[in-house]
Amino acid sequence: MGSTNSTLSKIPNVEELMRETGFSPAHIVRLYDRFESLDKEKTGHLRPEDFGAINRLATNPIGDRIIGAFFSAGQETLDFHSFVKILAHFRPAENHRLRDPSLPEPVNSRTSKLKFAFQLYDLDKDGKISRAELLQVLRSMMETQVTEEQLESIADRTIQEADLDRDDAISFEEFRKSLDRVNIDHKMSIRFLR
Amino acid sequence: MMLPFTVPVLLLLSAAVDAAAADLSVPEASLHPKLGLRDVGGGPARSLPASPTASRFHVRPRNEYASTGIALARSAEEPTAVAEDESRHRGGGFQMVQWEWSYVQTPYIIAIWILVASVAKILFHFSQRFTTVVPESCMLILLGLVLGGIVLLASKKQLYQLEPGLFFLFLLPTIVGDAGYFMPARLFFDNLGAILLYAVVGTLWNAFCTGFCLYGAKYMGVIDEKVQAGLMEFLLFGALISAVDPVAVLAVFEEVHVNETLFIIVFGESLVNDAVTVVLYKVYMSFVEVGPENVQTADYFKGVASFLIVSIGGTLVGLIFAALLAFITRFTKRVRIIEPLFVFLMVYLAYLTAELFSLSAILSMTFCGIGCNKYVEANISQKSRTTVKYTMKTLASIAETIIFIFLGISAVDKTKWAWDTGLISCTLIFIFVFRALGVVMQTWVLNRFRLVPLDRIDQVVMSYGGLRGAVAFALVVLLDDAQVPAKDYFVATTIIVVFFTVMFQGLTIKPLVNWLKVPRATNRKPTINEEIHERAFDHCLTAVEDIAGLNGYHHWRDKWEQFDKNYLSKLLLRKSVYRKSELWEAYQKINIRDAISVIDQGGNVLTSARFSLPSMASRTSFQEVTNVTNYLRENGSGVCLDLQVIDNVSGAKVEEESETHHFLAGNLYKPRRRYQSHYSRHFMTPGEHERQDREIFQRNMKSRMETFKTTRHKRHSHKKDRSQKKAGTPPISTRLEY
Repeated sequence: MGSTNSTLSKIPNVEELMRETGFSPAHIVRLYDRFESLDKEKTGHLRPEDFGAINRLATNPIGDRIIGAFFSAGQETLDFHSFVKILAHFRPAENHRLRDPSLPEPVNSRTSKLKFAFQLYDLDKDGKISRAELLQVLRSMMETQVTEEQLESIADRTIQEADLDRDDAISFEEFRKSLDRVNIDHKMSIRFLR
Repeated sequence: MMLPFTVPVLLLLSAAVDAAAADLSVPEASLHPKLGLRDVGGGPARSLPASPTASRFHVRPRNEYASTGIALARSAEEPTAVAEDESRHRGGGFQMVQWEWSYVQTPYIIAIWILVASVAKILFHFSQRFTTVVPESCMLILLGLVLGGIVLLASKKQLYQLEPGLFFLFLLPTIVGDAGYFMPARLFFDNLGAILLYAVVGTLWNAFCTGFCLYGAKYMGVIDEKVQAGLMEFLLFGALISAVDPVAVLAVFEEVHVNETLFIIVFGESLVNDAVTVVLYKVYMSFVEVGPENVQTADYFKGVASFLIVSIGGTLVGLIFAALLAFITRFTKRVRIIEPLFVFLMVYLAYLTAELFSLSAILSMTFCGIGCNKYVEANISQKSRTTVKYTMKTLASIAETIIFIFLGISAVDKTKWAWDTGLISCTLIFIFVFRALGVVMQTWVLNRFRLVPLDRIDQVVMSYGGLRGAVAFALVVLLDDAQVPAKDYFVATTIIVVFFTVMFQGLTIKPLVNWLKVPRATNRKPTINEEIHERAFDHCLTAVEDIAGLNGYHHWRDKWEQFDKNYLSKLLLRKSVYRKSELWEAYQKINIRDAISVIDQGGNVLTSARFSLPSMASRTSFQEVTNVTNYLRENGSGVCLDLQVIDNVSGAKVEEESETHHFLAGNLYKPRRRYQSHYSRHFMTPGEHERQDREIFQRNMKSRMETFKTTRHKRHSHKKDRSQKKAGTPPISTRLEY
């Protein structure tokens, strides 16, 4: 479509983006439109406030964390490339791809998805989910009537189950292991982004 | 154990009573003047002009269908024989107790039938295992067959029928009204393209192919000679048998939990194809009357034009009534008690008015419901809202029950149909094959434009879920057998087709879907880690979907929102509600920058009173998670097709000794499910989803305030400049994102 091409040409480095993320041109265009509609002030960058304007995120228990995950490196703005790269995490993984080990891990592989999820918990980015961080997440995901003691006991049991090296925190490896039997591709993929 | 016997006993009783009354009654309408009994107003059957939908379908009224309601086929009259008995006994004395059967006859019979239907429902649900395997519609049809058999035996003739008049004027509007009013509007319009495609193109494809192929089968001798039908008749039959039926779809899809997109597409298709069916039926009826030789090309164009008029006209009528209804409810503050009445009346009038002008009544009612819902829900009181919801659901449930029972009963009347194996088997094969083909082809085309493609399993469900039901039956019964000599064969075929689709397909759709599902490692208890993390993933996915804006039609929706806010809401919403809604919009659009001005103005944003706006439910389109979902989740019988959703049907029930799991299951916030049954009539949701959303919203806002306050101090000087500028502008400057 003519308009697709013209939109594509507006985006810098779009070829590289498509290669890295695996999105088709049509998807890139759609995401660009979405990016533009979120970027009210037309600065070419998104800020956390722009995400805050998305109505439905306000009723998502971990909505703010997700917003935080988009601005991962402590940056204050998000450009289109980063936006797309993060969304690429949620593409369904291709099957039976024989990967060349020298190539970087594809963005939508199981490990990458798990890394993204890990970020949601590990807010201080020290590579471990501490008990306090776990408590925070649990608090946000549980109903208000749950008491502190109940929360603490759940957090205790969670850590007990997953913590293999007994350091009272969950590292990425332990996190990954605890989700061994879960089909991450199903749980962390959005069909649309195929 | 004893309970199952009460139903037949009840029936036998009512059948016997009816039979007795019927046998004693006399066709004459006049009372015997000698008897001097008081004039029984309820004597002559309250019959509407025969087949009021006759005008719609160009059919000469038939005497047998002259009576409406569930009245006897012969006019229910003063049983003069009984009267004579009484007069003999009277001899001038005072009768303390009299047998006033004829006086209460019609309402009594109606009430008994409804009672039987409802008691049957209770009995079904005693056996939970049974109900999860067999859909309710099946049971009802079987019950109808049994009842029909009993009545036939008791009185040697068929007393009850599914009268088209009763069906089209009372039963169908109830169901369609309920569906339209509670239709999730956003979902409907998001998938409107798909719905229109399937409804129009799909139905036309089915109708023509079936019609032509049946004719071909007749030509080749597969269908017997005694079925006297030409091409036109077969096309007519094809038209009425190919339409997917909303009642059946609702009934069966309620048991199978499919993702909401799939549901809305199939259900929307079943509603919108009414326009197509009506037009095809009318057009072919007139062709049949005129004779195929006399059909001119102009008539074909008229047919196409007629389709446009019928569909667009029907929609317009619905929208006009929706606007009227919304406008009326704006002023009902002092007459709260009758608010629900307005809703019912206007919605019903939308239906009848469309019927009046022979436009598509189903479309009219659907759009009336969709259009008025938002404004009416905001305008009327909480109690009225509850009343409307419960009444509609109750009526719709009863109507559905009656329809299925009567389908069963009508089947037993052998005088009305004639069996031809060739016709029946051909029809069954053709409708199935053509539906599957049609779905596959259309989906292929559709997937090139859709954001979320419809995959194989969806297509299988759509083809398999194309059920035919009572609408087809009512239409075939309306045929005039002077015009269409093969009518009896068509009736039999329709009955078999309806039974087959509702019962066989209804029964097997769940196992089929189960079989198709990607097999998972079932029957193992999830660990706590898994449970927590999986739930977090689900929330995460929901959030990413929202961020990526997976609903495609932003532009038009934004334009509509603007138009709605500036004109429609002002006109149709009550003043107080409108003002409250502005405030609510402000909260919704809160972002950190706006919060500055609010805090600066000293307002406490989080006054909980403000948050418990009753209109909150309508302001955002929160979808209801019905208790069916939870109920089935706990009992492990829900069948979920959406592979991404956490399938809580883990096979193994949550075990008692593991309190933590139980605790988690009960207290973790539920994600916005992607499979939701919207029309469960058995279980009503207490608005749990709204409560959850409200809690989360409050919490999120609070935390945003906190973070904002801490950063604010750091950047106080910068913010001061900006906030001074901002304090002047109202918070509604930012646009709402979805």
